[in-house]
Amino acid sequence: MFTALLIEQLLNGLQLGVMLFLMAAGLTLIFGVMGLINLAHGSLYMIGAFACAAVAAATGSFWLGLVASLAAAAGVGALIEVAVIRRLYDRDHLDQVLATFALILILSEGARWLFGSFPLYLDIPKQLQGAVPLPGGGQYQLYRLAIIAVGIAVAIGLYLLISRTRLGMRIRAGESDREMIAALGVDISTLYTVVFALGAALAGLAGALVGALQSVQVGMGEPVLILAFVVIVIGGIGSIKGALVGAVIVGVVDTMGRFLLPSLLALTMPAAQATTIGAALASMLIYVVMALILAFRPSGLFATRS
Amino acid sequence: MTRETTVNLLITLLLLGLPLVAAGMGEPFYVTLATRVVVLALAAVGLNLALGLGGLLSFGHAAFFGLGGYVAGILATHAFNAEPLFAGIPGTTSMPLIWLAAVVVAGLVALPIGAISLRTTGVYFIMITLAFAQMIYYFAISWPAYGGEDGLSIYVRNAFPGINTAQPLPYFLICFAVLMAALLLFRLVEGSRFGSALQAARQNGVRLAAVGIPPFQIRLVAFTLSAMITGLAGALYADLNRFVGPSMLSWHMSGELMVLIILGGKGRLFGPVAGAMIFVCLEYVLGGITERWQFFLGLILLGIVLFARGGLLGLLSGKPRHV
Repeated sequence: MFTALLIEQLLNGLQLGVMLFLMAAGLTLIFGVMGLINLAHGSLYMIGAFACAAVAAATGSFWLGLVASLAAAAGVGALIEVAVIRRLYDRDHLDQVLATFALILILSEGARWLFGSFPLYLDIPKQLQGAVPLPGGGQYQLYRLAIIAVGIAVAIGLYLLISRTRLGMRIRAGESDREMIAALGVDISTLYTVVFALGAALAGLAGALVGALQSVQVGMGEPVLILAFVVIVIGGIGSIKGALVGAVIVGVVDTMGRFLLPSLLALTMPAAQATTIGAALASMLIYVVMALILAFRPSGLFATRS
Repeated sequence: MTRETTVNLLITLLLLGLPLVAAGMGEPFYVTLATRVVVLALAAVGLNLALGLGGLLSFGHAAFFGLGGYVAGILATHAFNAEPLFAGIPGTTSMPLIWLAAVVVAGLVALPIGAISLRTTGVYFIMITLAFAQMIYYFAISWPAYGGEDGLSIYVRNAFPGINTAQPLPYFLICFAVLMAALLLFRLVEGSRFGSALQAARQNGVRLAAVGIPPFQIRLVAFTLSAMITGLAGALYADLNRFVGPSMLSWHMSGELMVLIILGGKGRLFGPVAGAMIFVCLEYVLGGITERWQFFLGLILLGIVLFARGGLLGLLSGKPRHV
């Protein structure tokens, strides 16, 4: 029974990690190519979830909702890039932080204006309802397995996009020398808009997928945003490989910490006390891991720039 | 007298004068609003030391603000329930003691956080300070002993010897005096050898190291000092609201503190004060007009960041002398 529980929790950790990867990949791509910290990335996640929930409620189809979430997040992302973000590339990090902080206020309040303060609910699509038996007894939700599969597919897709296509070649060139690529005749501002919209679409996809597991509400993006920051700091800012490894580390450490710490502490102290202390410590665990990693590798595991 | 000194003097007079007039007219609400300005300004003066002088973009100062608040709340609760804190040490309702404890706790927490975070620079530093603040935030939420998610109420405002703190005006004057002391300290630090080294560390750490001053130590001291001032502000804020909750530790608070500095003018003595005045006024005026005030606050902030660089002081008193 314990093995089944352990496998279940490991899969939960992997699912969290995969979802964080979708967020972190966009963040790290935007930082790597444009040198921009985007705090509003969590709002794009929220927009994806709201678009999916609203369209799914109107049409009855989760899949149409998923398409809508990609379109809405990419669309809003492109709009923000053209209207605001474009002016921030040559500013210092402080201005970027503040401008994107202002965007969060605008987008959160805007979403509350449009959809009201009550959370929306999104059902898991029929095809993915049900559970799969696990080795060692127990069952696992099919939908969460599907999320893991989507995450792996996106990771492979991103790898192919960046290493094999013309767009990917331009993105890599933009990362290493933006003036040279502009001098060679590549329309750099369109490239930036495309990269930003791509990152936004990934965040929107993550929001829509998770929306079916939790409730869809204003502010849902913020905890995820901060976890995604931890992920890219651990992985090395600008590195997609780092984002993948960091996301899996954070997802698994967080989930396993919450699962194992209370029972480990229960060996040395009364059960009630162990539960509270264990829960409090588990909520801090990933930050401790981050501090440890940074103490030895100050620019992350797979740093691309010094 | 330079133009900036004149502007600073005007701001001080305005900040001191308006609550006195409001109290005279029997409008205690505006005195409380002004106290909020003063306390937020104090927190931002702390951050300004790290961010403005040292160029350290800490996105985690809410941690120290909240810690100061929790110190006040926890000490007052223990005194109220007559339970010893630990090892027989009693709680207290004396403000000077609480302030001392808040400053010490903020400093002791800032030291290890700074020591780890300052190994990194740029975006990494921003995100790591943010992550540490979140760590403390989640700890406060999941630790049930002091209210957890619900926070902690302070039933009676803590006492200051010889002053009735329960009245809005005396409490405002206490906070105002603390703010003035902090501004004086900021000025002294700025003009000292340490302050020159700190500003040199912002401009070029490598050169500073080349003349034999290690930037890391300078930055660590500045970060810790900055956290201590912000922690003190947190204790005052908890007493102002007679409540302390995890929202004081949240990253929105860190963002707000940065916003105050930018609104007023980064690295300038009175920048945080001017910023806090604008911010609280905007919050109050917009909040009175529309329920969606955050939306418009965001738009205004965005406009200021994009188009009005240098903040209010930049607008009123021109470019700073050395930046």
